[in-house]
Amino acid sequence: MSGRLVLAAALGAAVLAPLVAPTYQALLMLPFMAYAVALLGLNLLFGYTGLVSFGHALFLGIGAYTGAFLTSVFKVRSMEVILVAAAALGALVAAPVGALCVRYVKIYFGMLTLAFGMVFYTFVLKFYRLTGGDEGMPFLRPALLGRSLEGLSKIDYLVGPYYYYSLAVLVLATLVMWRIVRSPFGLCLKTIRDNPTKAETLGIGVARYRWYAFVISAVYAAVGGALLGPPTGNVDPTLAYWTQSGNIVFMTLLGGFASFFGPVLGAFVFIYLQDWVMSIVPFWRLIFGAILAVIVIFAPGGLAGLLTPRPAAAPRP
Amino acid sequence: MILRAEGLRKLYGEVCALDGVSLAIDAGEFVSIIGPNGAGKSTLINVLTGVLRPTAGAVTFKDRDVSGLGPARLARLGIARSFQLVQIFPDLTVLETLQAAVVSRLGRGTRLFASLAADREVQEGAIDVAELFGLGEKRHVPAKQLPQGDKKLLDVASAFALRPELILLDEPTSGVSTADKTTIMESLVSASKRIGVRAIIQVEHDMDIVFAYSDRIIALHEGRVLADGPPAAIEADRRVVDTVVGRRARAG
Repeated sequence: MSGRLVLAAALGAAVLAPLVAPTYQALLMLPFMAYAVALLGLNLLFGYTGLVSFGHALFLGIGAYTGAFLTSVFKVRSMEVILVAAAALGALVAAPVGALCVRYVKIYFGMLTLAFGMVFYTFVLKFYRLTGGDEGMPFLRPALLGRSLEGLSKIDYLVGPYYYYSLAVLVLATLVMWRIVRSPFGLCLKTIRDNPTKAETLGIGVARYRWYAFVISAVYAAVGGALLGPPTGNVDPTLAYWTQSGNIVFMTLLGGFASFFGPVLGAFVFIYLQDWVMSIVPFWRLIFGAILAVIVIFAPGGLAGLLTPRPAAAPRP
Repeated sequence: MILRAEGLRKLYGEVCALDGVSLAIDAGEFVSIIGPNGAGKSTLINVLTGVLRPTAGAVTFKDRDVSGLGPARLARLGIARSFQLVQIFPDLTVLETLQAAVVSRLGRGTRLFASLAADREVQEGAIDVAELFGLGEKRHVPAKQLPQGDKKLLDVASAFALRPELILLDEPTSGVSTADKTTIMESLVSASKRIGVRAIIQVEHDMDIVFAYSDRIIALHEGRVLADGPPAAIEADRRVVDTVVGRRARAG
């Protein structure tokens, strides 16, 4: 089956899921779609530029808290405004953070991003009056395309309009990222991933391009973070904790960072597998740790690498 | 005068790799830099191309002081280079590698939403250079799968795809077979004429190549210029024969 057919089938299944799948399974699609948006951005940095961030929960948190502030403090309920504000704030924070981080590579880059993530986590945890501390902040039900939808029950809202809204955002984010990685800019990022020294001598300003990729990936993560808020109706600091950053790196590795759709596949498998394993055993992290070890050792191309006949191109660790 | 270096010094701790090197390159020249191992040849190329900052001295390119500018800015100004140890983008194909150089030359690297595949100027520019260097048949082959000679050729070809005014080649034929050496040199000479490269500087150990292609030879020894002149004068220079050329002169 060609890639396009697989994509069409996946999209068709996603469209039909709320109509044919049990409600609980359809609800699980919501965090999947939110993480998938964030992972499209993370993989621009990871798979296409060769930089592994261990602090992207910072931007998930910024997106989610932006929505919480706007809906519960500023009484702004438009989801479109929330998404634009989350993207703008993500870019605003990513600009100086990225400018510092992209001066370093490999473990130093990873640790710096982790450090900034922990600074944000501590901020939202300790500034109780502003953020609600460990209790978090309510993310009130947003209006979609100008419709308040207050008359719907929460479940009907989530598996109905909000589900399709999230799917539309994911499709749009995918199309934009597809365009970016196939642009001259995307090619320049790949040269930097493969050989920054050579890229520099071809006139490609490595630090500048890494910074662009960092900011774009932060925008995607912030939009993903904003989408995560409405299903739970509450945003708390665990969303910005380092284990979240670890989870999204895990999802990327699980799906395969050398493939465009690998991280999206990784997010899907992670969400459903986590739910299933958690329902069977309490020690799900143990199982996931073992899965991660198996993937790194035996399938560095991730699930997408196993499904694709061609060997995956991978940035050297 | 296209390039001038004056009083270049480069210290690595207490080791002096370049000790007051001055040189001038005119348009139309093919200049070879020779010298024994440790003479400072690669350091000189790295300083001239902005990979290393000189400890002292100045570099001017077309009467503009370019001392301390990084390689990316120098590349955009018209100075390109290839490396002694072959530098490729392993997971990119031959065509993608050359496209990256063309994209950079045309200043289109920040086009986020433009289609690379639909950019005819980039596509044709890359194919032209691939054909020029005999890589047209292999344009869809990932660089890491090329034989060593072709990797070297691709490294050189990507520098030419920038259409530079000045190109610096650090041992363009090192690590390749004798047959490949000739192919590489013939390709780069013909590409230079076609593309309009105004001057070439190469570091080279193979004296047959040096004397066959150079208009002028600069001999370095212990970080200093030992001699600077046309091939015949260099071959007749006893100091150069004793320290660098040696056997070739005696054989000749």
